[in-house]
Parts: sequence; C-alpha cells; structure tokens
Amino acid sequence: MESRFRLLFLVLPVFALGLGGCAATKNLFGRGNNSAPPPTAEDPGQVIDPDVERREIKEPKIDSENFEVGAYVGIMAVEDFESNIVYGARLAYHVTEGFFVEGTIGQTDAGLTSFERLSGGAPILSDSDRTFTYYNLNLGYNILPGEVFFGEGRAYNTNLYLIAGLGSTRFAGDDRFTVNFGVGYRFLLSDSIALHLDFRDHLFDIDLLGEDKTVHNLEGNLGMTVFF
Amino acid sequence: MSERNITTIRSTPRLTRVSRALLLLLVMSQVLTAEPAYAKAEYRSVSVADPYLEMRTGPGIGYPKFHVVDRGDSVDILKRRTDWFLVRAENGKEGWVNRDQLQRTLQPDGQEIEFAAATQADFTNARWEAGVLAGDFGGANIISMYGSFSLNPHISIEAWGSQILGNFSNGWMTSVNIVQETWPDWRISPFFTLGTGIIRTEPKSTIVQGEDRTDQVAHVGAGLRIYATRRFILRAEYKSYVVFTSRDDNEEVEEWKVGFAFFF
Repeated sequence: MESRFRLLFLVLPVFALGLGGCAATKNLFGRGNNSAPPPTAEDPGQVIDPDVERREIKEPKIDSENFEVGAYVGIMAVEDFESNIVYGARLAYHVTEGFFVEGTIGQTDAGLTSFERLSGGAPILSDSDRTFTYYNLNLGYNILPGEVFFGEGRAYNTNLYLIAGLGSTRFAGDDRFTVNFGVGYRFLLSDSIALHLDFRDHLFDIDLLGEDKTVHNLEGNLGMTVFF
Repeated sequence: MSERNITTIRSTPRLTRVSRALLLLLVMSQVLTAEPAYAKAEYRSVSVADPYLEMRTGPGIGYPKFHVVDRGDSVDILKRRTDWFLVRAENGKEGWVNRDQLQRTLQPDGQEIEFAAATQADFTNARWEAGVLAGDFGGANIISMYGSFSLNPHISIEAWGSQILGNFSNGWMTSVNIVQETWPDWRISPFFTLGTGIIRTEPKSTIVQGEDRTDQVAHVGAGLRIYATRRFILRAEYKSYVVFTSRDDNEEVEEWKVGFAFFF
C-alpha cells in the first residue's frame, strides 16, 4: 500500500513536469501558434524533377446513337377504298441490339369504293373523311443480321425486323383502335444512315358499309432514317 | 520528407481537375461568343489488354468479325449503340466491339475502364422511365404513354397521356400521379398509385346524341413492375377512376392495362 502511494507521488510530479515542458513549446494537442515549420534553404516540394512527360488524360464523352429518326413514302391499300400514296415519319429508340420501340405517324387518302364508282351516285364519304391518318406505337425485334455485297469492294450491313404494335386510325369521321404488324428490311448505307423497306398490315373494325367487319389495310413503304 | 513528396504527386491531378473545371466554366461562359477550340472531335482512347479485340461489321452478335486488334494496340471509341461501340484502330479500320470485350481494355493511364450497363440495380435506382401500355378502360380500348421521374427508389411521379377508343365514344385523358413502391429492389415490384387528371369525351355523333365534354378525374390503382432484361420493364396495372361529371352522379370507371417500359 505504502509503495503504491510512493509510486503515485513520484509519477505525479513527473507528469506535471512533462506537461509544463510541452506547454513551453505550445504545441501539445495542436494548440498554440502552429505557424513555424523548420525553415529550409530551398523548397523541398520538388525533390526529384521527373523527366517524364505526363500523359494528358482526356475523357471525352462517348456519343450514344440509340435513336433513329426518318421519313417514308409508299403505297397503302385502304380496304374497299382503293390504293394511294402514303407518307409518314418514324422515330425509334434502340433499347438493346435486338429490341427497339418505334412510333410512327402516317397519312394517305382513301379513294372511291367500287360501288361509288359503278353506281355513279352520291359518295359515301366527304372528302375530309377520306383522309386516312394513323399513329402507332410498336415494339420491334431485329433478326437475320448480315452483309450484302455489291461487286468486289462494297459491303453493307442489313437486317430484317419483325414489328407489331397498337395505335389509332382516323378515318371516315372516327378514331379507330388499330393493331398493326409487319416486317421490315433495314439497309445501312453507313453506320448512321439506313434505308428501310417496310410492309405492314393495319387492322381495325369498321361498320361503314352496313355490317361490322375487321379490315386489313396493307402498306408498303420505302424510307430513310438517321441514327443520332 | 517522403510525405511531402506524396502530396506533390497527388496534387497534380487535382490541379488539372481544377484547371479543367475552370476551363469548362470559361467555355460555358463564352459558349455564345467563341468555341472553335472545343469543336474539334476528340475520342476516348483505350489500349487492348486481352490477347486480341474483335471488330465486327455491325452492332450485333450476328454481324461477321472482320478484323482483330492485337494486345497493346490502342483504339479510339467513336460512338456507342446499345451495348456496342464503334472503334477505330491505329491502322484506320473501324468496327463494332461488344461492351464485354471493351470492358477488358485499359485507359491511357493504365486504369481499367468501366462502361455503364443496365442491370437490375438500375431498374431500382434509375431516374427516368418511359413506357407504352394498352388495355381496357370501362369497356373501351385505351392506349397510353407515360414518362416517370423517380424522386427516390420508393417514390416517383408520372405523367400520362391516353387515347380512349370505344364503341360509343372516343376520348383523351391526361393525368399526373404519384407512385409508391414498397419493395423497389424486388424483380417483381408491386406499386400503389394515386393521381388526378382530365378526361375529354367525344360521343360518336351517329349513334349517341351528345356533346363533347371535359371532366376532371381522380384515380387510385395498383400494379406490378417486372424487370425483364437490360433496360426493359414489363408493367401491368389496375386503376379505378372517378369522373367528376357535371351531372348529378359521378361516374366510376375501371381500367386494366399491360405494356412495357424502359428506363434510362
């Protein structure tokens, strides 16, 4: 017991002395004026002067080209109403190398039915109701990728795609729920420009000629698109 | 002494980062007046670390391989389409390389390169989403498009535009709704939704005598977001609408829809 007290009385003054010594340097626990690193004759920052040219690290953003936009022109057969020129526009987004989503809008004019032509009577539709306008939202899938060759030195990428979707058709004074499906051929002139040959069937129900029936409106078109 | 050395070396990239930020600020501030220095095309360059890098003629697994770049050679990355990259070799040949192969190349400073690929984690965390759904709206056909912004993995805000095509009337509907996902990290993630909007109804004049009308709607609903692959989501939902008509009774409409969406 006694020796323990003696030890304590020995340790305490030593500790106090030590504290006092540190306080003299005013640097314990980071307190006090901390401004004076030992002065040196020259700047020690650049001890070795590297004789190697540092490579400039540039990281430009990689340009993504997943969208495809374009226009097309072709022929569309409106069931019972002759065939006429159709023109339209498409915008696609390529989600994977296989799948893409596409929106199209197009317009054609319906002609005369055989009945109107033969009877020579009053037309069934007014001129404005003969305008056939559609839009579609589609899901497409690329198949059969490959190359075609022109002569010895030229090769172009091509692929087919299957496509189907839903939309609406404005015809004969009414909007009609429309299902469409088809197949297309994409011919890439370059990595960013493509030609399209496209065949679609647009189906909807119509009761214009007396009975309710599902009509098939076949469309074939040739288009050009640009990736961006 | 050695500590100071380390500090010096570290400070160099930090300095360039600062100077690059300053440069960017300068360019941004002068973007209206001058930009010739910035207009020059610069491409990211990587060097091949694998024994070889295969180049294909097109951005797809089915296109033929036509060129191989050896280990140690560098290629410039010109552009990206889905998971394929158009690269230019030192000899000027251009071809498409798959992300998985390009992932195993090195940047000029020897670091490995990382290209973002869509995974199920992105399904949970991605900010933007867009999709197309179709189905039945109180007996009529409905086609809808939506765009969504996630505030956090659990809560997102959606804007919808729909066309309704029925036997007796057609119409349009736009709405905004808030979506709550309780388990956004599940592959099949259920959600609840609450929203409001406007519906425009146009009765078919030949069958029903009626005027076009515009009414406010409110809806509650529930559904499932299902992660399919890459960026694709399948989505199915049910919503119950109340149409606040100007007549004495409000109309109630049930809606079922399925479709697909993708996030980016």
